[in-house]
Amino acid sequence: MSVPRFWRKIPQRYNLIGTQCTSCSRTFYPPRSFCPDCRRSGETVPYQFQGKGEVVTYTVIRSASDAFAQQTPFVLAIIRLDEGPRVTAQIVVENVNEARIGMRVRSVFRRIGAEGDSGAIYYGTKFVPDVPYIDA
Amino acid sequence: MTGIITYGAYIPRYRIKLEEIARVWGDNAQDITGGLGVREKSLPDLDEDTATIAVEAARFALARRTIDPEQIGAVYVGSESHPYAVKPTACTVGEAIGATPVMTAADYEFACKAGTAGIQACMGLVGAGMVPYGLAIGSDVAQGAPSDALEYTAAAGGAAFLIGQDDPIATIHRTASFTTDTPDFWRREGQNYPRHGGRFTGDPGYFKHVEGAANLMFEQTGKTAKDYDYAVFHQPNAKFPQRVAKTLGFTPEQIKPGLVVPTLGNTYSGASMIGLAATLDVAKPGDRVFVTSFGSGAGADSFDIEVTDAIESEAFRRSAAPTVRQLLANPIYVDYALYARHKGKIVMQ
Amino acid sequence: MRDVAVIGIGCTTFGEKWGTSFRELFLEAGALALEDASLSGEKIDALYVGNMSAGRFVEQEHIGALIADYSGMASRHIPSTRVESACCSGSLAFRQAMIAVASGLEDVVVAAGVEKMTDVETSTSVDALAAAADREWEGFVGATFPGLYAMIATDYMNRYPLTREQLAQVAVKNHYNGARNPIAQFQKEITVETVLRSALVADPLRLFDCSPITDGAAAVILAPLERAREFTDAPIRILATSQASDTIALHDRRDISTMDATVAAGRRAFEMARLTPSQIDLVEVHDCFTIAEICAIEDLGFCQKGEAGRLTEEGETALNGRIPVNTSGGLKACGHPVGATGIKQVCEVVQQLRGDAGRRQIDGAEIGMTQNVGGTGASVAVHILGRA
Repeated sequence: MSVPRFWRKIPQRYNLIGTQCTSCSRTFYPPRSFCPDCRRSGETVPYQFQGKGEVVTYTVIRSASDAFAQQTPFVLAIIRLDEGPRVTAQIVVENVNEARIGMRVRSVFRRIGAEGDSGAIYYGTKFVPDVPYIDA
Repeated sequence: MTGIITYGAYIPRYRIKLEEIARVWGDNAQDITGGLGVREKSLPDLDEDTATIAVEAARFALARRTIDPEQIGAVYVGSESHPYAVKPTACTVGEAIGATPVMTAADYEFACKAGTAGIQACMGLVGAGMVPYGLAIGSDVAQGAPSDALEYTAAAGGAAFLIGQDDPIATIHRTASFTTDTPDFWRREGQNYPRHGGRFTGDPGYFKHVEGAANLMFEQTGKTAKDYDYAVFHQPNAKFPQRVAKTLGFTPEQIKPGLVVPTLGNTYSGASMIGLAATLDVAKPGDRVFVTSFGSGAGADSFDIEVTDAIESEAFRRSAAPTVRQLLANPIYVDYALYARHKGKIVMQ
Repeated sequence: MRDVAVIGIGCTTFGEKWGTSFRELFLEAGALALEDASLSGEKIDALYVGNMSAGRFVEQEHIGALIADYSGMASRHIPSTRVESACCSGSLAFRQAMIAVASGLEDVVVAAGVEKMTDVETSTSVDALAAAADREWEGFVGATFPGLYAMIATDYMNRYPLTREQLAQVAVKNHYNGARNPIAQFQKEITVETVLRSALVADPLRLFDCSPITDGAAAVILAPLERAREFTDAPIRILATSQASDTIALHDRRDISTMDATVAAGRRAFEMARLTPSQIDLVEVHDCFTIAEICAIEDLGFCQKGEAGRLTEEGETALNGRIPVNTSGGLKACGHPVGATGIKQVCEVVQQLRGDAGRRQIDGAEIGMTQNVGGTGASVAVHILGRA
């Protein structure tokens, strides 16, 4: 990742802001500026997703590229957001064997990566199991 | 009246018991935990830092109350562990809560009281009518050198307070600060860990300043400890706030809800603010809360706070975000090796 | 359109070729193909080369010109084009060459593929390969290629009857075939236990579910069918070429366990060749991971969805099975120099149709097929070849 490429989509990465087609109401995350259904007869506008969803499929990454090598093992999943679109994201769990298809998750703000010790830090959205907080 | 519109706290789920740290350094665990009054402390996940903690706390605050984030005209994040030495955590927070771009922002550093300094700045801006709301956050992934006394308590967590004038859940009647140049604790530029003056951090540091600010507040308001339902003090350990509370005339019951250090540790800039959040978690309308933070270097900020009816109104949904007690529940315990990995203490390629 | 034939093939051995550079790899394959077609370079009208990521692997772009130059064709100024479509680059170079000949624009054309992957550290090549997925919304959050295919496997195994052992059988079969292919990177047979005891890479995929990092190049020479016998006694006719695309990101697919691009490309190819799956004697599919072979067999129509695991377990995809799959050893055992893979698949099918496949020969093979995938299925090319 480079700084301009990261920066360009900061609102989308931090806050799950996607797009919606004003013609057919279909929502997109990751954002698309062109609705594949309505094509040029549609127009897309920003759309805020609520950050809740369900695990469609997942894996545990045990061997990663350099940028993620110090985070392994971690759970990577495809999540269907409640509004419809599916997104690829990490799921933060206590034990990587916890991940399940159908698991309800909610979004959290986490550090995604960094350019070494002195470069830019990339923040973004991960998900955690959507379990209620309990008192003790 | 200027006051707290909403608040939120965040504490990572990971904990290490002090006895585990003592085991590594060959210290007597009972001496350590007994001396500090702390049993365990929090630590961040691999992908958590001061910014992520600040964002989660701020988002929890906004979950409790419907606020147009664009009305937040100021964001201040106080911390001793900002992810960047230069590049504000406050900008990341502002972006992550949708408050940008029409806002002022800055990172504060005043050891453990940078967060309450942020509250004071927001009070000034709000009171002057310069911004509708100001967001003050204290957040830290506290640093303590391996085997140093600080390592037993340096913890991770933060709290966010939205300051404004429209129907606050708690009115801040007054704030009073007491500040001198006292080198009791510091971290030089480029150094990974803070240094401290050992027992010098006590009387000339913590006690002189906390008592200084508290007594200043008593003088200015004509009130005493008996006029308050609750009190919150900076809590680097359990002993210091207990002793200062007693000196100032507060009972153990008054400081109980806000004394979270025994199972949280010292979250530096987050410490007194998480204590205040824990107190607001249980407060009722009319409750009066006395808060005094402390930051080495050194200074203390006192606040005279009164909880309003709004805390139980429909406009404020206290249960929409976790309480401090809930954030402390259900921890994940790690051993020292995992702790070292999470804290980035292992030298990597 | 003119009918087009393959008149020569050449393939380097695949593996970690420490002593051989990127350009030497190509030259070796090209020379073998020219020799096979009894041609000299002066007869070549154009060159298409499939290559995924020379920029990342050897810090070299402008591959078309480089290849033409080092093949001694600079003074003839022939057109030379690099084709990139991730791991599907080779097949698309083949398709472009085929279209050029079929159109009548060119006569004798080289279609090649080359990838030199071992000049960088493994983690760098893992990162380079991840660029075949959606860098912004998959790679950015930590997705690796094994990770994405692992998510296909998780979804597939949740919905269809496929056991972990059946998945391992894919690798076992391909290693068996690879052990009978002189160019294969892995010449050793393995057992199901070898796979199941290997390290997890991305659950449920283990090391032996994954194709390796490979250096290699392959080249074929195409000519109009009507002229093919000028060069060879055994021309192989291209019966169909097809290509299909899909969403770049796996999460946007209609169905995670079905490669719709394979379905579309397969259907178009069968239509063009006026053939059905039962008429195919062997197929080289893109088994970058074992799960990919399972999906490919089904999506091309060799069996129903959910049956490929059983088919594999019962030996139906083995050399002596009903539909031999990956007789070369596939990407798994033969190796996967990404840009070269599509061309190598064609080389294998041509060898089989000529009856030159030695110990892995499918008796009487007359029609063969290749399926080559880019990314997680965002690009797929399918070709059908037959004895002329």
